[in-house]
Amino acid sequence: MIELKNVTKKFESKKKGHAILALKNVNLTVNQGEIFGVIGYSGAGKSTLVRCVNFLEKPSSGEVIVNGQTLGKLTNDQLRQARQNIGMIFQGFNLLKTANVYDNIAIPLKLTGIPASEIKARVEKYLNIVGLSDKKYVFPNQLSGGQKQRVAIARALSHEPDILLSDEATSALDPETTDSILNLLLKINREFGITILLITHEMHVIQKICDRVAVMENGEIIEQGNVIDVYSDPQTTTTERFVSSIFPSDIPNEIIEELAQRGPIIQLTFVGESADQPALSMLAKKFDIHSNILSGNIVQLKDRPFGKLTAHIQGTKAETDKALHYLIEQGVKVSEVKVNG
Amino acid sequence: MANFFDQIDRWGGLIWQATIETFQMVSISLIISIIIGLPLGILLVITRPNKSYNNKFIYQSLNIVINIIRSIPFIILLFTLLPFTRFIVGTSMGVRGVILPLVVFTAPYIARLMESALLEVDRGVLEAYEAMGIKTRDIIWHVMVREARPSIILGITIAVIGLIGATAMAGLVGAGGLGDVAYRFGHLRYEPEVMYVTIIILIIIIQAIQSIGNVLASRAKKD
Ligand SMILES: Nc1ncnc2c1ncn2[C@@H]1O[C@H](COP(=O)(O)OP(=O)(O)OP(=O)(O)O)[C@@H](O)[C@H]1O
Ligand SMILES: [Mg+2]
Repeated sequence: MIELKNVTKKFESKKKGHAILALKNVNLTVNQGEIFGVIGYSGAGKSTLVRCVNFLEKPSSGEVIVNGQTLGKLTNDQLRQARQNIGMIFQGFNLLKTANVYDNIAIPLKLTGIPASEIKARVEKYLNIVGLSDKKYVFPNQLSGGQKQRVAIARALSHEPDILLSDEATSALDPETTDSILNLLLKINREFGITILLITHEMHVIQKICDRVAVMENGEIIEQGNVIDVYSDPQTTTTERFVSSIFPSDIPNEIIEELAQRGPIIQLTFVGESADQPALSMLAKKFDIHSNILSGNIVQLKDRPFGKLTAHIQGTKAETDKALHYLIEQGVKVSEVKVNG
Repeated sequence: MANFFDQIDRWGGLIWQATIETFQMVSISLIISIIIGLPLGILLVITRPNKSYNNKFIYQSLNIVINIIRSIPFIILLFTLLPFTRFIVGTSMGVRGVILPLVVFTAPYIARLMESALLEVDRGVLEAYEAMGIKTRDIIWHVMVREARPSIILGITIAVIGLIGATAMAGLVGAGGLGDVAYRFGHLRYEPEVMYVTIIILIIIIQAIQSIGNVLASRAKKD
């Protein structure tokens, strides 16, 4: 559906001979019907990446293929046609201030050549889907941030695209509104089968609605895969930092040092079914050890639970080793917690 | 006071005539100046570096020409343009004779005011429309100009007031107008009552134009 092949984007800086490489050899495939998230810190190149997908930004080299069309080979007219099939929503909503909600959706429809007779029906249909039918004649400055984003979503959907791009669409919103917008995106994805490519710097967004995720740093994709795999087995420190941002369980070094003298501190990662099992209490029954929970958290990923538990195990070396072995056999990921830094 | 009303009786017709002349000069040259100035303002915005029709040559030449014209005081423009005026409109006298210099004076000013109004439009909105696959010329007209309307209206208000000031010099080529009456009667003939009346009328007109401009702009703004 969306394919980026060796995409590189270079921005020439004002100072001659000084260029910024915002994207370095990026390869990415987004499949039809999935919600794909790209996460990264500020300046990682996320916006540049999505903007390459509808050619708001033209790659310096590499290919962007959307729906089988190589965008770089299209004429201006063909590119406009292709863009009509790729909706986009933004952090700043980007609505016309001087037009009411109805016109904000109707004007682009008119400008893309939708017959006047069909426009009214489309506006009403999509305002209904985003739950704003009663705000038709209200101007954007009288709407809340979440409502503005709903109008922007309705505007994008009204062109009935196959793909929706989202550039930090929830970053300006409070947590509750963010959740309601994410639920709306999920609903759109399920009901209309629209493929969604979204970028964010919030792990929460990825975990709530994404099927797959790519982690970006310095213009490169450093890791990608199913959300569950990336969460449970991060390969890079950046990804680890993102994952630990949803498990705020930093135990002070002094405590780690002190406890470590009397047995290992372990972190258990549970995925799916294993998240429901009382692993630690089983451990205490089967082996001659004591366990003490230091911290723990479980979160709901899009389709299954995912949890982390940090515990202190006390007992003889032989017994604790056997216990850890047992846990691993049960499909629990175990890692030892060491002093930070 | 009775004396004052006597004066109005005596000069009423003259002042009325002058008011009409001022309105004629201002409205005709304003319309032509907008027709020239708005597209020039758009051109200045879209040809600037990093914009849709990025064109250094057009942008720089336009910039220089506008700056040159804007540095010339109106009175000098009026006289240097005399031969052109005679050539183009057939006469360099009366209301018709003053329109060309007024347009040459006002159009570049409007172009600048339009430029700054259009530059205020949020880049993100233009981008959103580009992303929807909408033609650039539709974006210019239906998004950029539309969103800039409140500032465009305020800009035109400023231009009208400047234009009224410039018409005061139109008397020098026999075009009449309120400014001319105030100068001839107040200064040359020393009949200050006439001068006061015309100045009061000018103050009222300018107040009214500014208020109308403000109201229209805030209506266009929708907040
Ligand atoms: N038009 C531009 N001209 C020059 N440099 C740019 C341009 N756009 C982006 N960059 C640079 O490219 C790099 C990546 O920027 P980008 O906006 O893609 O990051 P981001 O991951 O979206 O960050 P954020 O989370 O802050 O939005 C940055 O170093 C940025 O300064
Ligand atoms: Mg960004």
